[in-house]
Amino acid sequence: MSTAIPGFTTHTRFITGRWLRAQYRQPALIAFTLVQPAIWLLLFGQLFKGVVNIPGFSDSSYIAFLTPGIVMMTALMTSGWSGTTFIADMERGVMDRMLASPVSRGGLMAGQLISNATTTLIQTILVFAIGMAAGARYDGGAAGYLVTIGVSMLVGIGFGSLSNAVALLTRQQEALIGISQFVSLPLTFMSSIMIDPSVAPHWVNVAARFNPVDWAAIAARQALAADPDWSSVLRHSGLLLAFTLFVGWLSTRAFRTYQRSV
Amino acid sequence: MVTHALDAVDLVKTYPAGRKKPPLRALDGLTFSVPEGIVLGLLGPNGAGKSTTVKILTTLSRADSGTARVAGHDVVREQDQVRHAIGFVPQKSSSDPMATGVENLVLSGRIYGLSRVNAVRRATELLERFGLTEFGDRQVKTYSGGMQRKLDVALGLVHRPQVLFLDEPTTGLDPEARADLWNEVGRLSGDEGLTVLLTTHYLEEADRLAGQLAIVDHGKIVAEGTPEALKAELRGDSVHVELVDPDLDGTVRALLSGLAGVGEIVVEGNALRARVDRGATAVPAVLGALEDKAIPVTAVTVSRPSLDDVYLQYTGRSFRAVEEEAA
Ligand SMILES: Nc1ncnc2c1ncn2[C@@H]1O[C@H](COP(=O)(O)OP(=O)(O)OP(=O)(O)O)[C@@H](O)[C@H]1O
Ligand SMILES: [Mg+2]
Repeated sequence: MSTAIPGFTTHTRFITGRWLRAQYRQPALIAFTLVQPAIWLLLFGQLFKGVVNIPGFSDSSYIAFLTPGIVMMTALMTSGWSGTTFIADMERGVMDRMLASPVSRGGLMAGQLISNATTTLIQTILVFAIGMAAGARYDGGAAGYLVTIGVSMLVGIGFGSLSNAVALLTRQQEALIGISQFVSLPLTFMSSIMIDPSVAPHWVNVAARFNPVDWAAIAARQALAADPDWSSVLRHSGLLLAFTLFVGWLSTRAFRTYQRSV
Repeated sequence: MVTHALDAVDLVKTYPAGRKKPPLRALDGLTFSVPEGIVLGLLGPNGAGKSTTVKILTTLSRADSGTARVAGHDVVREQDQVRHAIGFVPQKSSSDPMATGVENLVLSGRIYGLSRVNAVRRATELLERFGLTEFGDRQVKTYSGGMQRKLDVALGLVHRPQVLFLDEPTTGLDPEARADLWNEVGRLSGDEGLTVLLTTHYLEEADRLAGQLAIVDHGKIVAEGTPEALKAELRGDSVHVELVDPDLDGTVRALLSGLAGVGEIVVEGNALRARVDRGATAVPAVLGALEDKAIPVTAVTVSRPSLDDVYLQYTGRSFRAVEEEAA
């Protein structure tokens, strides 16, 4: 037919629609992914109440310190599963049918990631609600919350696209889950998610400097503070954005590798 | 000059076979062409290279060497044009199980550039055509295997392609669903002038649907032509003897190969097939020889060459045996 082939933006919209619809049909899954952060917040919030008394710990309440970190951790952990949807498509013939169609590869990747990012958005709001219920309070204004939501979505998109790439390269559910857990654990602990850098070992602080999840946690905590250091917020969010765009581009190229192996 | 909808020249495709093993040659210089409006049946045992051929022609995969044109476009240099011109029904079911039939069809239509209204209209039309109208709003995961396969074919047709690739469209379907699909595919090539490349494990399907056949084995086309021409190429008649006991030590084989006008003997368990110059004289001779040696026989049949014989001739395996392997 003589219709013009739609490009990246249009295809992204269609593919996003597909995944949003699938997600909306399994709302229980989102609730399920919240169990873990809720436990972390409530358990650690209680367990380490005393942490704030350690000299040099900069926040007055540990739960307020912990909540933005747990938000990023949740975004990271959930995005690790992202690629399982690609594996399901490969196990059926859906991926092959799509790749033999004129669909934009970028759109195929972006659509799935955007739909994932809406999950991150909902999770971020809910984790905050849990944190606040447990006593977290923030002095910063609405901008702080917006930055937190923004960076958490970038974490979800960035690591989601890596998960999708691993799915395209390994084509195996077990390998994907193994790799994503192997990666997300050190990313969580080599960061300021749970412990303030001033009391962490030096090597952790060095490693954290290269950790995109830590960039997100720092940006969020800064933005939520009473007197944010906006240049730090900007620098860390900027780094995170660059990271996300780079891995997004890299992951889209993994479609080629997949096509070479079928 | 006949315009070719499909043209494959000397396709070679290798897959890495693991460490320290030579790569596996899935396609080994495969060449064929299909005129417009024809159904080509691609037959061959498991692992012959049928799906690999389809993947290369649909731009999903890429050949190591060789060239292919689909609807006049090169599958490597003019990927976009090829993708627009083809419909692809993979060997595995290709619908999204979480979405409904309508949602699947509309998404596919939209990807190919149909407006929302046109995509919905086309979806309705196709559901109707494949008898799925009342299931259109149900999630595909609730469909039976036959319904899913019909939807797969519908998905391949949404954008009215010029060439349709069907990779084993009826494998695993019950006879009724198979007959339905046969009717639809027959109509597509007949009334709508669609070119179809169909891979199949069913000789009956190939005989019924394909205007042209190609038998693939070890990544090469070993025979090509209309079903009639392929059958006509085989000399003489085919004799089929069913023994009571399997011919384990080759006595029967040796016995029959000694008879004049009997050749190409193939033994599979209790079944024995041979090609004979003239069925009418060969049958008494065969039976006589077996009786002399007191070898009990269950049945003897003589027939004109069938596609099964053609297949046997070129791949050295009977189709039955292949089907049982596949099952
Ligand atoms: N992705 C792959 N990676 C490695 N080897 C492959 C791959 N796809 C196919 N092969 C190998 O290539 C050969 C041809 O496979 P192909 O799928 O084309 O066979 P087929 O004729 O479609 O068989 P079937 O009737 O079983 O579907 C087989 O030996 C198969 O194992
Ligand atoms: Mg196959």
